Amino acid sequence: MTSLAHLAAGAERSLVQSVDWIALAPAALPAAVALVVLVADLFLPERRKPVLGWIAVAGLALSALALLPLLDGDRRTFCLTAQPDVCSYTADPFALSIQFLVLGGALLTALLSLGTLRDAELPAGEYWFLLLSAVAGAALLPASRDLATLVVALEVASLPTFALVGLRRGDRLSSEAALKFFLSSVAATAVTLLGISFVYAATGSIHMTQVADRLPDVPGRLATLVAAGVALTLVGFAFKAAAAPFHFWVPDTYAGAPVPVAAYLSVIGKAVGFSGLIVVALVAFPSYDDVWGPVTAVLAAVTMTVGNVAALRQRAASMHSAVRLLAWSSVGQAGYLLVPIAAAAYADDPGRAVGSTVAYALMYAVVNLGAFAVVALVARSNPANRLGDYRGLYTDRPLAALALGFFLLCLAGLPPGVIGLFAKVVVFQVAVDAGLGWLAVVMAVNVVIALYYYLRWTAVLFRSPEPAAAGSRPAAADGPGAPAAGAAVPVKRPVPVPLGAAMGLSAVLGAVLSGAPQVILRFASAVLL
Amino acid sequence: MIAPLNDTVMQYLLVAVVVLPLLGAAAALLPAPPGLRGRNPQQAVLRHGVTVTGVVLAATVMLALGFDHDRPATMQATTDVSWIPALDVRIHLGVDGVSLPLLVLTALLTFLCALHSYFRMPEGPSAQGFVALVLLLEAGTLATFAVLDLLLFFLAFETVLIPMYFLIARWGGAGRTRAAWKFILYTVLGSVVMLLGFLLVGLEGGTFDMVALGTDNASALGHTTQLLAVASIGIGLAVKTPMWPVHSWLPDAHTAAPTVGSVLLAGLLLKMGTYGFVRILLPIAPEGMHTFAPYLAAFAVVGIVYGSLACLALARPGASGDLKRLIAYSSVGHMGFVLLGIATLTPTGVNGALFANIAHGLITGLLFFLVGAVKERFGEADLDRLAGRTGAALYGRTPRLGGLIAFGAVASLGLPGLAGFWGEMLAMFGAFRPAEGLNRPAFLTFMAVAAFGTLLTAAYMLVVVRRVCMGVPPGAVEPEAPGAPGALPAPHPAGAAAVPAGAGTPVDVRGHEFAAWTPLVVLTVLAGLWPAALLGLTDPAVQNLLGGGS
Repeated sequence: MTSLAHLAAGAERSLVQSVDWIALAPAALPAAVALVVLVADLFLPERRKPVLGWIAVAGLALSALALLPLLDGDRRTFCLTAQPDVCSYTADPFALSIQFLVLGGALLTALLSLGTLRDAELPAGEYWFLLLSAVAGAALLPASRDLATLVVALEVASLPTFALVGLRRGDRLSSEAALKFFLSSVAATAVTLLGISFVYAATGSIHMTQVADRLPDVPGRLATLVAAGVALTLVGFAFKAAAAPFHFWVPDTYAGAPVPVAAYLSVIGKAVGFSGLIVVALVAFPSYDDVWGPVTAVLAAVTMTVGNVAALRQRAASMHSAVRLLAWSSVGQAGYLLVPIAAAAYADDPGRAVGSTVAYALMYAVVNLGAFAVVALVARSNPANRLGDYRGLYTDRPLAALALGFFLLCLAGLPPGVIGLFAKVVVFQVAVDAGLGWLAVVMAVNVVIALYYYLRWTAVLFRSPEPAAAGSRPAAADGPGAPAAGAAVPVKRPVPVPLGAAMGLSAVLGAVLSGAPQVILRFASAVLL
Repeated sequence: MIAPLNDTVMQYLLVAVVVLPLLGAAAALLPAPPGLRGRNPQQAVLRHGVTVTGVVLAATVMLALGFDHDRPATMQATTDVSWIPALDVRIHLGVDGVSLPLLVLTALLTFLCALHSYFRMPEGPSAQGFVALVLLLEAGTLATFAVLDLLLFFLAFETVLIPMYFLIARWGGAGRTRAAWKFILYTVLGSVVMLLGFLLVGLEGGTFDMVALGTDNASALGHTTQLLAVASIGIGLAVKTPMWPVHSWLPDAHTAAPTVGSVLLAGLLLKMGTYGFVRILLPIAPEGMHTFAPYLAAFAVVGIVYGSLACLALARPGASGDLKRLIAYSSVGHMGFVLLGIATLTPTGVNGALFANIAHGLITGLLFFLVGAVKERFGEADLDRLAGRTGAALYGRTPRLGGLIAFGAVASLGLPGLAGFWGEMLAMFGAFRPAEGLNRPAFLTFMAVAAFGTLLTAAYMLVVVRRVCMGVPPGAVEPEAPGAPGALPAPHPAGAAAVPAGAGTPVDVRGHEFAAWTPLVVLTVLAGLWPAALLGLTDPAVQNLLGGGS
């Protein structure tokens, strides 16, 4: 990861950097486990393949534990031998919190996947290898502090997900989703690279701290080049974060992908986009906050409005409407996540503002993965996964219905989803604090729009199942009702243990956080960068 | 300081009052433990509801007894612990003379509702969910009146939405889905705007603590901040109150809600809005309130007249007005008086507002119970079909029910000697001499309009009494009774009358209904005859909130 530009400068000293493997562990461990899985896959007989899944789960848990020794202070590694304070990898509080989000989210996704892999007959070896590789990239990204490492991390996080989306062989929808995702993502990455090359051309460095130092002193002739470079660099990350207008791939991709992959993309895929955006904007381009601040604010407003309005229009009867609704809602949530980043441009203390994004993202990760866990559960008996299929879930599976209701209310931000409410309060607070009153009002309206579709789904869960309802109640009065959920009564199958564990874990986490929101909201008051 | 209970006990009592219903709600969803199974699961969980609300009522009564009545302006039974340091949210609870009556009213009405449902479970799905939602609603309402932190207030304010939504949407009558949506979308839109106002106040004032923001260092906020705060917080509270022109969710919600839902909605949820005005806006943003007071008063009196005219239109023969809808519109008018009282910014007016608040909770709660009983007996709350050509003749067919309806109606129109009188009188009296700096001629006009509103109120209430209670019982062949609208119950001899199609012989008031309604009747009379009991509590606290008595 040494940049060639500085090799000459450090020639008279040792060319060998000392590497702090402990600091690197959270990003390196998943990669190592990925290789282990890939090799083990060759030697395991078909019936023993589930072991791979448990190896992956253990590896992810281990990687998350590797964060513990890093908590005491900032560690850096891959520093220039000539300038030891210019480093490519930093394990600062921001990087650690995002890594925690990525690894924890991946752990929940892995639990989700264990059952789905068996049901959908996905190739286990490939699946786990690709998932772990993507996680390695996602964990590397928030800690990378030079633009080359950042792009490498972005690609490592993205490329495996294309394959994951298209993993359902023979499924036309899956291949289409993968292709759409791949083409648009690659285009965005190319644009980012172009932007980075402009910035490099103007500043002569790819280390973010140096870029930040040199940007204000760029000669006037290059000012346009730099501004274009800054904007283009951000585009790629906005794409990963599914910010409008780079969001169009989301619904098709989520609906075509296996459910756990959609869950992964909605949480960790987004975390990649956000952490990249934050790192680039705040660490590399702080002097251009007059460029990216207003742009991000407008992006946030457009993104949340587009996502929520589209989610509102999901029909209960159409195919995959549950996943599509979550997909559009994730676009809407991405809008909320962008608000603190935009506010960081106006705030006196940008590092504190982005803490709200981290806090919100942690809340979102827990409840969104929980919602996807219930969706995966319902998908086992209703592969079409229409919103209408959720009618009467409370009668069949009361715990799953209560959990999903809780997750949806957290996403909507209404009690009893207390943590969702306070996460939104934190975001509102940052916006009001930064003087972005208009954005706060746009967000307020969006919260109301989002409430409508979240609550509509929640209400469906607790309605009586289709046949019983017709007798006692006038069905016409029930408004946004669900048409026939299919005549065949699905046989109730036992919940797979890992899926139940993922659901239970999310629900317990959500409940604990609702009682003690400080656990994640402390990020909102801490200076992370 | 002779307090019958020491501070620690009081403190725990208040915490228990807020936490118990919450635990009860969670427990209602669990299967009943052995020994408490009752006759069947439904009976067991309904009994659980009665028990929990009963214990909460007992706790609030003890709180009221232990309350140091010599210093109602001071916060008592206070708890103050840090909850979310990141947001500076503290669990700060306490009661003073303003919140204590509301706490007791909440506990009382919820208990009566639980009692009522124990004997008469509303049509709908599981009783478990019903009890859990009612208890969650109670927890949210009690918390709203007990917390002293802006963000906690917001949390409590929002807590009641989901239970009320489901109570309407799952246990309601015709058009319930639409009504439930209208209710929740209006209120949430209002309350997110309110949240922005809270955040603004918190950021400018440096704390979310109501006591610190309000009484301790008054007007720490700049003028612009105060204006913005009153505008945004006021919108949220006004939607909840509801103030004309953002009231339109209320009639639909009431019409569709089950009886218990209507009682809780009118009796408690509406009070949260006006309480917020008194507790938050008056002390924290006095200058902003001063600027907005004339507009608030104008909207209030428009609401009074509008609500009354709507009721008159509904009460007219041939309008096929729904009785529940009519009472809902009358609530818009009554809450108009409350808002007018607050807008005068005088101790007299605000005391009147708080009194009218409680009176409205008692009387409208009673009226909704009664209309629910009428609907249950005759299958109908449509005034035209109920009254037929001459009148529903409840005096003749169910004399006790008819008498109670007449009592509720005259209490609602503000007959002196009953609870409805004092609040409205004081509110208008406050408008006669509004706070210094307010435009007196404008307020005199408002007062005159409000007085005209009381006349309209009397008119439609008496029309309702005439059409519901009087008339020729079906089957009897006597001519229509003289139309002189009388307030006194005049029982006709109850004949074995045939009733409108679809209903059996109407039963007069049953035992459990007496049990649920008597406390409301007694308190209505008591508050009417001895207003000092309530005003003595609120007045010092109001003086305090208005900045040491202006």
